[in-house]
Amino acid sequence: MKISVLSGKGGTGKTLVATNLAAAVRPSQYVDLDVEEPNGYHFLKPRLRETVSVGVPVPRLEEGKCTGCGLCAGVCQFNALAAIKNKVLIFPELCHHCGACSLVCPEKALQEVQREVGTISIGEERDFMQGELQVGEPVAVPLINELKRRVKENGPVFFDCPPGAACAVVHAVEDTDYCLLVTEPTPFGRHDLAIAVRLMEKLGLPFGVLINKGDGKNGDVHQFCREKGSKILAEIPFSLEIAETYSRGELLIQGEKDWLHFFQNLFGKIKEEVGHENHRHPQR
Amino acid sequence: MKVAVSSMDKELEARLDPRFGRACCFLLVDTDTREFYAVPNGGVGAAGGAGIQAAQTVVEEGAEAVITGSVGPNAMDVLKAAGVKIYEGEPYTVKEALEKFCKGDLQEVTSPKPRHYGARGGRGLR
Repeated sequence: MKISVLSGKGGTGKTLVATNLAAAVRPSQYVDLDVEEPNGYHFLKPRLRETVSVGVPVPRLEEGKCTGCGLCAGVCQFNALAAIKNKVLIFPELCHHCGACSLVCPEKALQEVQREVGTISIGEERDFMQGELQVGEPVAVPLINELKRRVKENGPVFFDCPPGAACAVVHAVEDTDYCLLVTEPTPFGRHDLAIAVRLMEKLGLPFGVLINKGDGKNGDVHQFCREKGSKILAEIPFSLEIAETYSRGELLIQGEKDWLHFFQNLFGKIKEEVGHENHRHPQR
Repeated sequence: MKVAVSSMDKELEARLDPRFGRACCFLLVDTDTREFYAVPNGGVGAAGGAGIQAAQTVVEEGAEAVITGSVGPNAMDVLKAAGVKIYEGEPYTVKEALEKFCKGDLQEVTSPKPRHYGARGGRGLR
């Protein structure tokens, strides 16, 4: 079972929820898909077994073969190649690795070579994985896809997703069994929750809401969820103590025993929701 | 000599567009006869690599020099490879910039500005 933890707005508590869930539910796998700034390792403190380089194919020109016809630059949708005065220039950082340029080249002058965009680190027990995108790389998706390809098949997997609702998030959440939307009772939290919910609806993914930093009332978020018919699975209250625990890089479940129960209960509710979902749509 | 000027409109009286890659259009001017024509900038709506596309457009039109506001690193690579010289034309109109260019009063640019500089980093043109 694959569970995505996402939020729309950054800083609502994705990592707090995902790391504590993964630590409370044993055995499980935690995968940090927020590859632009992975931080789950601060809390889970895994011993790493190996680090793997992840590359993307980009074109390389064999000067002698190129006749400067310009077909490659013409077919590129991302302006990663320029053909000028019978010369071809390549801008690898703009390449989206579609391979069209080398396909259309009549002289076979464009070879695909690997360009490293980041690394994947794997924990000793395979219960932890994270991706780390190189600074300045614009596209996180190849790294996210590679992490998802390596996910354990049995047992629950928790995806700590990137913030926002753009390509990286779409690739992170697709093909997962359930999405947990972490929000906070602020106008920004509510605004971005609405975007995340729209994404869920568009992708047809089952989801529930967790309110973090709750004030006990959470009027706006409650009203929004009521209107949308979205289920609120749990609430974590606003608390200085939680913030302090988090800022020390510690898990909530290592402190008061209630938190272990809280996250185990949360997982129970998620399992129940996934069960309902499978019942409703057996073809999924 | 054929010169490409980034322009806000298709006439010589138009304001020079400070953006190169995202310029509204280019005016290609023959500095000897003062004849000119406008070409649309294919880069204006590009998802990425606008400067590269704009540079290819002016090279294809046969420009030997470009007068514009600022050119980023990728566009500069293309223009340099094609041997096209770049001149700083802000804050003039196209016509004023051309007059200054003909008198040799415009500064040649040889190092790129940061990416998205001409577009004011998305803060809009003033």
